[in-house]
Amino acid sequence: MASSHQASGVVAGRLPSQKIAENFGDLHPAYTVHEASVAADRCYFCYDAPCMAACPTSIDIPQFIREIQTGNPEAAARSILKQNILGGMCARVCPTETLCEEVCVRETAEGKPVEIGRLQRYATDTLMAKEGHPFSRAASTGKRIAVVGAGPAGLAAAHRLAMLGHEVVIHEVKDKSGGLNEFGIAAYKSTNDFAAREVDWLMQIGGISTVHGKGLGGGLTLEGLKADFDAVFLSIGLAGVNALRAPGEDKNGARDAVEFISELRQASDLSKLAVARNVVVIGGGMTAVDAAVQSKLLGAENVTIAYRRGQEAMGASRFEQDLATSKGVKLMFNVMPVAVHGDGAASEIELEYTKIEDGRVSGTGETFRLAAEQVFKAIGQNLEGQPEGLALEGRKIKVDDAGRTSVSGVWAGGDCASGGEDLTVTAVAEGRDSAIDIHSSLMG
Amino acid sequence: MADLTTEFLGIKSPNPFWLASAPPTDKEYNVRRAFEAGWGGVVWKTLGEEGPPVVNVNGPRYGAIFGADRRLLGLNNIELITDRPLEVNLEEITRVKKDYPDHAIIVSLMVPCEEQAWKDILPKVEATGADGIELNFGCPHGMAERGMGSAVGQVPEYIQMVTEWCKKYYSKPVIVKLTPNITDIRQPARAAKNGGADAVSLINTINSIVSVDLDIMAPNPTIGDKGTHGGYCGPAVKPIAMNMVAEIARDPETHGLPISAIGGVTTWRDAAEFISLGAGNVQVCTAAMTYGFKVVEEMISGLSQWMDEKGHSSIADFMGQAVPNVTDWQYLNLNYVAKAVISQDDCIKCGRCFAACEDTSHQAIEMSADRVFTVKDDECVACNLCVNVCPVEDCITLEQVAPGQLDERTGDVVSEDYANWTTHPNNPSATAAE
Repeated sequence: MASSHQASGVVAGRLPSQKIAENFGDLHPAYTVHEASVAADRCYFCYDAPCMAACPTSIDIPQFIREIQTGNPEAAARSILKQNILGGMCARVCPTETLCEEVCVRETAEGKPVEIGRLQRYATDTLMAKEGHPFSRAASTGKRIAVVGAGPAGLAAAHRLAMLGHEVVIHEVKDKSGGLNEFGIAAYKSTNDFAAREVDWLMQIGGISTVHGKGLGGGLTLEGLKADFDAVFLSIGLAGVNALRAPGEDKNGARDAVEFISELRQASDLSKLAVARNVVVIGGGMTAVDAAVQSKLLGAENVTIAYRRGQEAMGASRFEQDLATSKGVKLMFNVMPVAVHGDGAASEIELEYTKIEDGRVSGTGETFRLAAEQVFKAIGQNLEGQPEGLALEGRKIKVDDAGRTSVSGVWAGGDCASGGEDLTVTAVAEGRDSAIDIHSSLMG
Repeated sequence: MADLTTEFLGIKSPNPFWLASAPPTDKEYNVRRAFEAGWGGVVWKTLGEEGPPVVNVNGPRYGAIFGADRRLLGLNNIELITDRPLEVNLEEITRVKKDYPDHAIIVSLMVPCEEQAWKDILPKVEATGADGIELNFGCPHGMAERGMGSAVGQVPEYIQMVTEWCKKYYSKPVIVKLTPNITDIRQPARAAKNGGADAVSLINTINSIVSVDLDIMAPNPTIGDKGTHGGYCGPAVKPIAMNMVAEIARDPETHGLPISAIGGVTTWRDAAEFISLGAGNVQVCTAAMTYGFKVVEEMISGLSQWMDEKGHSSIADFMGQAVPNVTDWQYLNLNYVAKAVISQDDCIKCGRCFAACEDTSHQAIEMSADRVFTVKDDECVACNLCVNVCPVEDCITLEQVAPGQLDERTGDVVSEDYANWTTHPNNPSATAAE
């Protein structure tokens, strides 16, 4: 028997299964052929197009849209994928509203950009639905390269290296590849097991094998990898989660948002996934929105995002904020957690209003409490378990423009490396570019 | 409110919008509905001689080309003249004319190029009470293979001969419909006039292959595994039609000959343009076939609105007003100098002007690192390509360099005198300026 919004505590089945399935359907349904044609016709084929410059992987967007216009989505997909092998996922998860679509000249002209993301999905879905893989491998170079971490950066690097004729072994500590595409990111952005299907499709290039279950510090060492392989690419992501540093954050119900999202992504039946009646998410980025919206979609009655700065400073785009509010999530700004209260399990969170002075956040002293049987911490992740000897920049592995670390023969990219935003598309670009640099280095 | 009532060859109609001879005017049912919808007149779909009617193909008759968002820009057809019995058409015409005395009904005709054939059919047409006839010397497909349609329209002597027969056996106005599938439209127009035609109508459709099916390697529309050339019409042909109308309007031999203009009329503006080039009314087909009879409402309201704004109280007020301004290239003023100007407020920074100018014109647009586009006056020849490729209307305009100002491209001060090629020193046949 289903529970309801009002059922107290942290329980599963707050909504009927069918309603939950509807809630977690595609955020942006795929275009039909006709819709794609109408949308593609809006592209002006700009010179030195701003959208292309805004794309971290520099996809030739006017070119691929023109290929869609002329009835050739497969060619469009090849134009996309040769720059971004995870173009299918990026079409789903890229914050296009702050990248290509933000600078689309039709955004300037009409406040309504060409829907580049959805067009990219139309092209890549069309191609991926066909048999076979669109790229082939160059003659074998005899070189072997280790990739650590099967997230977007690692997969992009592995694919490009395999294409260039190298043999690649990916080491992934989890039992599934995909990284945040598989374990992070809201489910409604990657429906029908897309992340896993995309990995399978990518691996069709050949020359890549994956070893699951071992990671750096857990069966692997950088020295060992360096000895066994001609080059090493690290794409280990950010395994640590920043703590609230507030009393009570270890109570039952207070947990990391990424863990909740991962559990949700891996759940075989969402109606069996428990969620609280009252959920408070601490943070202001995409992870906070993903956790909050999905809590609401599971049937939580009250979901609040509490962010310590003002709306304009929020990491989540305006589109994501609007998505959250449209689903019934309440956004609170200039509040920070002081303590999680409850007798063993969390029942309330105490928040304090903040003020910003010279960019620094401090409490005003005025506090209040919100009911919260679940508190999701989404205030950022940090590098964890990185090998000794690598220079850091800030709290990330220091790399140059080509992805080279301070250790010869070792490259890094994705969220674990310095430079770029922590986005799937950025990770793909970094993986790809490191692969190209590894190739040049090895082949002289 | 402007008066759209039109009198063309003495035939009155409530407005200048007639439906051209084509599928929309093939039968009583359509024509009654067209009049109710607001059309001022119709040219009934072409009748052939008595006897077994022509037959049409039983596969596709139309093919099309499209612009963005599948907007139909050009239509081609391989349909023939009416495939209904002559008697049925004549009875229907008689009935409809009786019920709509204030609307124009013209009967389009196409019979063999023999005097007897015309002598036989014309009295029957006269008996319907229709307001006039239009001689179909235009259809480029099917009937032309049988020595009719454009096969006649391409031979001025035949045009004159048949027109003379019609004037002999028919008392009401005779309009000769011209084919554009010729090299000089003035020749058939002159022949029609010499034959005694009361008016010409143009253009009929243009011979065309509209597309090729690359799977079966045959032109569209494809009948089984073969296709044939068809007649092309719709918005895409309007520029060709307008030039031909203007050529006839400004030819001293045919100047003043009434013209019923046809060719891609889709909006009120199209009609106003044709009328300004000397047409007395317009005939419409593709727009009605694309959008239905209702489109005439916009044509009527739009033309009225524009005429009111311009202070025209009747069609005659602006008819032919643009004709004196259509001239030959050699008379264009070479001392008129203009430069493109880009409005930075309106620019959306797509860069199409830059690509067009840099790659295909005069390298006269500068692009800054932050995508500001500006015209280099010392390179700009005022070709207008940037204006045409800019997606924002009026963002780029051509502004005249006033006489007395410096043309930075040539280094010369712009002269206020008119000077054309006929007197230009580079012209080997130049005549000294007076």
